[in-house]
Amino acid sequence: MFILNHLWIILALPLAGFAISLLAGRHWPHKYVNFSSVTAVVLAFLAFCELAREFVHLAPQQPWIQSYFTWMTAGNFRVDFALQVDQLTMVMLGVVTLVGMLIHIYSTGYMAHEEGYYRFFAEMNLFMFFMLTLVMAANLVLMFVGWEGVGLCSYLLISFFFQKKSAADAGKKAFITTRIGDFGFTLGILLAFWTFHAVDFKTIFAQAANMPVEGMHSWGVLTSICLLLFAGAVGKSAQLPLYVWLPDAMEGPTPVSALIHAATMVTAGVYMVSRMHVLFSRAPAAMLAVAIVGAITAFYSATIGLAQTDIKKVLAYSTVSQLGYMFLGCGVGAYAAGIFHLMTHAFFKGLLFLAAGSVIHAMGGEQDMRNMGGLWKKIPWTYATMLIATLAISGAPLFAGFFSKDEILFEAYAGPNANHVLYGFGIAGALLTACYMFRLIFLTFHGKPRYDEHHVHAHESPKTMLVPLVILAILSIFGGWVALPPYWGGVNYFDSFLGPAFQTSSELAAKLNPSWVEPAHSLELQMTGIAVAVALIGFLIAWYVYILKPELPKKIAQGFRPIHQLLLQKYYVDELYEAVIVGPCVWLSRNVLWKIIDVGLIDGTVNGLAFLSRGVGGGLRHIQGGNTRSYAAWVVAGAVAVTIFFVWMVR
Amino acid sequence: MVPISYYVILSAVLFGLGVVGFVFKRNIITIFMAIELMLNAVNLAFVAFGTEFNQLDGLVFVFFVIVVAAAEVAVGLGIVIVVARNRKSLNVEDVNLLKF
Repeated sequence: MFILNHLWIILALPLAGFAISLLAGRHWPHKYVNFSSVTAVVLAFLAFCELAREFVHLAPQQPWIQSYFTWMTAGNFRVDFALQVDQLTMVMLGVVTLVGMLIHIYSTGYMAHEEGYYRFFAEMNLFMFFMLTLVMAANLVLMFVGWEGVGLCSYLLISFFFQKKSAADAGKKAFITTRIGDFGFTLGILLAFWTFHAVDFKTIFAQAANMPVEGMHSWGVLTSICLLLFAGAVGKSAQLPLYVWLPDAMEGPTPVSALIHAATMVTAGVYMVSRMHVLFSRAPAAMLAVAIVGAITAFYSATIGLAQTDIKKVLAYSTVSQLGYMFLGCGVGAYAAGIFHLMTHAFFKGLLFLAAGSVIHAMGGEQDMRNMGGLWKKIPWTYATMLIATLAISGAPLFAGFFSKDEILFEAYAGPNANHVLYGFGIAGALLTACYMFRLIFLTFHGKPRYDEHHVHAHESPKTMLVPLVILAILSIFGGWVALPPYWGGVNYFDSFLGPAFQTSSELAAKLNPSWVEPAHSLELQMTGIAVAVALIGFLIAWYVYILKPELPKKIAQGFRPIHQLLLQKYYVDELYEAVIVGPCVWLSRNVLWKIIDVGLIDGTVNGLAFLSRGVGGGLRHIQGGNTRSYAAWVVAGAVAVTIFFVWMVR
Repeated sequence: MVPISYYVILSAVLFGLGVVGFVFKRNIITIFMAIELMLNAVNLAFVAFGTEFNQLDGLVFVFFVIVVAAAEVAVGLGIVIVVARNRKSLNVEDVNLLKF
């Protein structure tokens, strides 16, 4: 019970690593920085393992809450620094500490030659601290602290190469775009407090459980809270229409893309929606909004991924797309499936990014897939692990992504809140996913080398980078086996583990749709067949276009020039936002706020006051003429004036 | 019994002389003496009123004024000596360097 009684240890470890690296790391050799920061995260992972061992002995129905001190009170508003652990938290903790640990180890190899080594690790540790705060928080306000903290670290790490303007801009873009969503999140917290007079999850859920389910067309306060909270999730998890920051975030170092912008931080929105499932389940309109946004994003960003040429950009759009699947899962009420996909996605997408980093490392910084090709012989380990991750994300049978994506699509088709249109988007996205992922593999590793072999000596990465790749590859293969579908004769350990966390919602869903019956196993089998067939088609298209007829892509691009341009330019959404939002904002700031309000009003007032006092002082200083007797006269005059004043007063 | 108005009038006359000396004299020592004259005029008024209304406050205040005046004389004469050494003069019009 040691860790259960001292949950703060898990937070304190990365925080200590952050402090040590930041304060002392500047003058340390790399290996000391490695030691302090990696050890902190490894210890956090070990603490999680111990926590898991202790956790299984707890009663599963209630979350385990530890309150350390009252953070702030004002009237009946009271926020405790309280941490909680339940099944959902355990899954998130496991993902964050495990993937975080592997990526920290990987970074020691990847960042070895970079400036600001200590700064990188300090910020990575700080990120771990905030992410763990976010998942362990027992109230909305503390969760928000973690939420903003990871946003800060994301900003710092995206603009890690801050000498580069594009990196600095990308950092700002990420920060500001997510801030728009966070505004909704803040309002959601306030509305939740206004409604429930509390911000801690336990009280909110207990009260919400007694509230009636709101209708699809008659919105109540629950729907409003959920939609506002979901706005925060849209920003943080890069969904339509706020996804634009994530592809730009690839300016950061690749381990950052893997840890923050693929495996952990961007999934915070999914976690938050799942955490608030008691509210969402009672707000069907909000659920539908979540599902629609998720499904459309899943399809939409997959189409963009088809045409991108930067290896990391493809993965970025793929991440947006996969996050869409998670939201689709949550939106149709299959929270466990969404979280399951979150977990497997953390494995295979983390692996994809790390492998991409290994490719970039091998190519000496080249990121454009048009300048790669035929690399598989040169970097076989990277190739093998990346292929495994690609199979996993495409949904090849028995790989991790196969089970999780299947479960989401199945729930979208046949679950209690099924919606066949959204399923259509999902399955189309699955086809595109297989297609663009194998396009990436074929362009990068197969075909003839398209780089200058005399100048670029592709070489395999050091062991510190390969070991995390191999571990993640193993997880990408077997990670899904914790949730074997029952009709396979397997046991869905994952669902039964998470079951207590989502129990109220699943009971509610069954009650709300009395006509819904558990679908037959034959239907599940058919659905699996369709998903596999679709993935296979995607693979075959990529195979045909990029292996059998390598000259075909150019022809297609020319034949369907408008469509290709549209995809290559990402539907011109950046340009649209630039014209509609950023442009007017900048214009307003420059021409009104700066030149009129700031220069005219504020500077004018300050300068005017200064000018006035200077003028008055300039006039008055002539009184001080150096003539002592005139001073004496002034003193007497003053005394006379005071006397007259008092005489007049008394009268 | 001398009526109080006599004291007050004497006090006012002394004070007025002090003011005139303070403003119009040029010798620093004289100005100093004028200030002392004003202080003692005020002392006289305090004592007169204190006796008239049987109030100790005025009498006590006189002691304060005497103490302050003594301190002021000590500091003031110190300054006068320094000025006299540096300027070789006791005319206030020669002491005019500190100005705008």
